[in-house]
Amino acid sequence: MSAVVFAHRRVRSGRGLPLAGLLALLLAMAVVGMASGAMPLPAGEVVGALWRAVMGEAAREGDLVVLMLRLPRVAMATLVGAALACSGATMQGLFRNPLVEPGLIGVSAGAAVGAIGMIVLGGRLLAVLPSVLGSFGIAAAAFAGGLLATVAVYVIGRRRPGVATLLLAGVAINAIAMAGVGLLTFLANEHQLRDLNFWTLGSLGGTDWTRLAAVAPLMLPPLCLLPRYAPGLNALLLGEREAALLGFDPERLRRELIALVALATGAAVAMCGVIGFVGLLVPHVLRMIWGPDHRLLLPASALAGAALLIGADAVARVAVVPAELPIGVITALLGGPFFLWLLLRLRMGEGT
Amino acid sequence: MNLALDWRAASTAVAGLLEVREVHLSLGGRRVLQAVNLVAQPGRLLVLVGPNGAGKSSLLGLMAGLCRPSLGSVALDGKPLVRWSATELARRRAMLSQQVRLGFAFRVEEVVMLGRSVHGAATPGMADRQVVEAALQATGAHHLRGRNYLELSGGEQQRVQLARVLAQIWDCRDAPGWLLLDEPEAGLDIAHQHQLLRHARDWAARGYGVVVVLHDLNLAARYADEVALLAQGRLVRHGNVAQALDAEVLSHVYGIRLGRSLTADRHWLFHAQ
Repeated sequence: MSAVVFAHRRVRSGRGLPLAGLLALLLAMAVVGMASGAMPLPAGEVVGALWRAVMGEAAREGDLVVLMLRLPRVAMATLVGAALACSGATMQGLFRNPLVEPGLIGVSAGAAVGAIGMIVLGGRLLAVLPSVLGSFGIAAAAFAGGLLATVAVYVIGRRRPGVATLLLAGVAINAIAMAGVGLLTFLANEHQLRDLNFWTLGSLGGTDWTRLAAVAPLMLPPLCLLPRYAPGLNALLLGEREAALLGFDPERLRRELIALVALATGAAVAMCGVIGFVGLLVPHVLRMIWGPDHRLLLPASALAGAALLIGADAVARVAVVPAELPIGVITALLGGPFFLWLLLRLRMGEGT
Repeated sequence: MNLALDWRAASTAVAGLLEVREVHLSLGGRRVLQAVNLVAQPGRLLVLVGPNGAGKSSLLGLMAGLCRPSLGSVALDGKPLVRWSATELARRRAMLSQQVRLGFAFRVEEVVMLGRSVHGAATPGMADRQVVEAALQATGAHHLRGRNYLELSGGEQQRVQLARVLAQIWDCRDAPGWLLLDEPEAGLDIAHQHQLLRHARDWAARGYGVVVVLHDLNLAARYADEVALLAQGRLVRHGNVAQALDAEVLSHVYGIRLGRSLTADRHWLFHAQ
């Protein structure tokens, strides 16, 4: 396990200030996100549009763009970013390993098999269904695939105590799922290849209120519940044995946390495809700044992940107008160098 | 520190006792413990000694309620540990394990605060902070506060972990708390070994039950009120130092000729012959 130590720069403060700061950042990013796009709007116009909608005043020209296109999209980015980052923080704590991603329990790879399987093999099924249901077909298959893979990892991993077996089961299931993706890619025709490629890179394109309403009930409960597990996750950082001595039930904690993460991540991946790096990067950076206490880390990750994904989505929309870049490319492109910069700026612990 | 000591006058015979009754333990087909009977009393320092693989740590784990015996039972206050809720038990007994590896860079006082997680509120209050301060003082680790736990030496980490364990049962008011230490002297220099065991004895004097697994017979002889000698999963001797640490028995158990002599300040000293 990496024992890189970043304590020297840690800021000593309560939870209120960091969370308030991140919330302000999130709101600012939301306005920026709604202002940018193929048709740029001034920030005042965006706030005005929201104000008029809430107050029931007469809408002006441009309000519809904000309310029907950009607001649901920003809301989706908020939910997905929060779900991925908060899940990432949870999994890193559960596995006591800062290099773990939410996808480790198989949920992303399983979702990929489900979605790509539907794209490649389910063409006929999708054609029969009405178009509204058809657009959900891929998402539903992805969600089911993700949950199925997670259940497989959990059932295999719990046969022996400790998280090591779980981790290895996750690696194996991921490998099997990736083989499935490879096979399906091989079977796909030109048109399907383009579709599945786009799905794999992730995108918030096509988000509307319907899609948001479909997925919010799956993501909001885990997001509200995960921070409640902060004391248990803190105790787990001492090891399962110590957590048990402190009065927690490690087995139950693990089961419930994996279920919540699978739900949140599965829903996020199903709607928007695989968006890498958010779940790994955000908690890691926050831990460098404020330390590993999950009581701050979990809500802070949710807020920062949401802000990051809104920003990345805004860049994806304006970078190559009128086309859109896949958002997964943006998160990796922005996140990678930033992460490296942080690594170089903070010094390593002497003990390593 | 103010501890209410009125529970010492508890009326029932079993109140406060930690009793191991006819305990057998098998792990993966291997018999780890066989027919062990041992009663630990609050207010006394009980030391478990024995060769490697004798079952000392397993017995301590059973007494902490970490695992269940294959046969027999372990009871606190006369109630089997399996019938205690995890939180109730965590408020009554704390255990220092042999090796605690921390995954992330907590500060020293945050590690100790983890010992308070069992005491309810998700956000630690003023009382919890005071306990953390006092526990750090008690283990001589107060000067380490604010430091990154992962950057401490092995001995310093051990003292911080001990402070965490003390913080967990710092305010046992209604009934005697139990402190279980598994080779706590590992990694400590000789001054800190003696300091730690003096602390353990002080805690016993305050009414806590203290059970310590030790390898060093001389440390055991110097600080123990009672000694339990284990070999090959069986309890060989249990009694005061002179009874339990008999030179003949020790020689047989450890497979090496051991002698003992009484020092001028009336402590037993053990040495290979």
